[in-house]
Amino acid sequence: MSYEDTTDDSLVDQRPTAGLETATTNSGTGRTIIEAEDVNVWYGETQALHDISMEIPEQQVTALIGPSGCGKSTFLRCINRMNDLIDTARVEGAVRLRGKNVYDDDVDPVALRRKVGMVFQKPNPFPKSVYDNVAYGLNIQGYDGDIDARVEEALRSAALWDEVKDQLDESGLELSGGQQQRLCIARAIAPDPEVVLMDEPASALDPVATSKIEDLIDDLARDYTVVIVTHNMQQAARISDKTAVFLTGGELVEFGDTATVFANPESDRVEDYITGKFG
Amino acid sequence: MATEEFDGLDANGSLARKRLYGRIFVGVCFLSTLVGVVALALLLADVIYESWGWLSWEFLTYPPSRFAENYLPGGRGAGIYPALVGSIFLIVLTAVFTVFLGVGAAIYLEEYAADNRLTRFIEANIANLAGVPSIVYGLLGLAIFVRAAGLGSSLLAGSLTLTLLILPIVIVAAQEAIRAVPDSQRRAAYGVGATKWEVTRDVVLPSALPGIMTGTILSLSRAIGETAPILMVGAATSMFRPPYSLTGPFSAMPMQIFDWARLPQAEFQHVAAAGSVVLLTVLLLMNATAIAIRNRYDTR
Ligand SMILES: Nc1ncnc2c1ncn2[C@@H]1O[C@H](COP(=O)(O)OP(=O)(O)O)[C@@H](O)[C@H]1O
Ligand SMILES: [Mg+2]
Repeated sequence: MSYEDTTDDSLVDQRPTAGLETATTNSGTGRTIIEAEDVNVWYGETQALHDISMEIPEQQVTALIGPSGCGKSTFLRCINRMNDLIDTARVEGAVRLRGKNVYDDDVDPVALRRKVGMVFQKPNPFPKSVYDNVAYGLNIQGYDGDIDARVEEALRSAALWDEVKDQLDESGLELSGGQQQRLCIARAIAPDPEVVLMDEPASALDPVATSKIEDLIDDLARDYTVVIVTHNMQQAARISDKTAVFLTGGELVEFGDTATVFANPESDRVEDYITGKFG
Repeated sequence: MATEEFDGLDANGSLARKRLYGRIFVGVCFLSTLVGVVALALLLADVIYESWGWLSWEFLTYPPSRFAENYLPGGRGAGIYPALVGSIFLIVLTAVFTVFLGVGAAIYLEEYAADNRLTRFIEANIANLAGVPSIVYGLLGLAIFVRAAGLGSSLLAGSLTLTLLILPIVIVAAQEAIRAVPDSQRRAAYGVGATKWEVTRDVVLPSALPGIMTGTILSLSRAIGETAPILMVGAATSMFRPPYSLTGPFSAMPMQIFDWARLPQAEFQHVAAAGSVVLLTVLLLMNATAIAIRNRYDTR
């Protein structure tokens, strides 16, 4: 499907011409940007998610935590329809982005992913220059503004500009692991999406690089809605405003303000999980 | 336990025998390697020896002649020129056809085709086609391109026939190169809103290209030495100038060498050897290019 095919779709009309929205604080706007309703996901015959419903607030950090295999990544991929790329995956239910169900027939997943960027577990820069990595999204989305400026802005937002401004033409693969991951964050935010999904973005990094990414996520929430998967509970507690706890079997057992979820969770199973009795 | 019975640490007995077996085994393996290398070296030495004195600049730049003495230095000049150029044209055309068809088929099979029985059936048959003897492709080319399509014994018919011959190998090589591109790279591009076509164009193809090139060049160097298919298609032997049109006649080095070798005069065995040296040189250059490409991109 070509770029031209998608342009008359409601989710594509807006090219990334608007500048970065300058939001107020990390406290967000109070509005819900993503609303999941009764989301069920199957891989073949096996059900990986059961009736997930949650409302993700705009311009805040929402953390998805839970033991490995409980469906955190699966849920994240429902939001930008990356599950479409898995042959065996089947999604039911609704995921609304600003009220529009992204699983409606008239939604083009390519257009959706231009609004909902993604950062993956393992840094995966392209074997291209630092500049071309960041500019890639802008180029394929036909951005007709000042690409240089956008690349710089994205690299600054990703707290990478000072480190790479003299090596924009060098391969992105030359950077350290932590820098590569920040490059991938810059690549994701350069086209100015509304939401940034992060799937354990620091799990392959050392502690110093991890804390840089954590600081960065805090800043990002001023301009973007961040949904981050982590298996590290301290990390979730440090960086997120809302926390969703998934437990084995693919159920959402608790969702609420991070402080509340960690201080006095409603569910005993969540309490056991958080206090380290299992998981 | 009586210490005087403890004798397991000396080098005699069964252990020494085992070591000896080990050495014999290594020796046999080494000899096997040697047989291949020595045979190749002897072959090369023989061809070069036979061609000694017959290989000159004129040999590369003059058309063939019926008189052996014309090939000798100081003669009127005769050589392999039309067949050399013919072979190069043939290979360039074949390269263009196979790259488009081979890469296209590989992209379709790897990136687009559903993973079902039909696809697997097609893939298995492509692998089988790679083993079909070249004379069969020659017959096919004769029936399809020369006769049915009315191309005659032309350069185009020759290169299309060679394309059929190496297409399966190029498809399989390109498929392997495409499969080696990590999925994380594809996901990265999808993640910023790339279409499938953009993912293929910007991520998959650039990463797979060195592998595709290596596979293609190696197959082409096989094609350039093939005699049977172009013999069937009707390559000319007494061309006095290079091919001048796609639909015109052509000669090629293996065909020309074959023609010299079957002449009764003993001198022409030397001419054939000189032709073989030229053919082998082109072939080795192509293989060296393929290896250079592979090394350059493997060590990134
Ligand atoms: N591509 C896939 N194909 C089949 N099963 C999958 C696939 N991805 C994940 N699963 C299964 O779905 C469940 C949830 O996986 P995942 O979302 O990756 O969990 P988490 O990210 O919380 O570790 C697991 O049981 C996993 O085995
Ligand atoms: Mg995961």
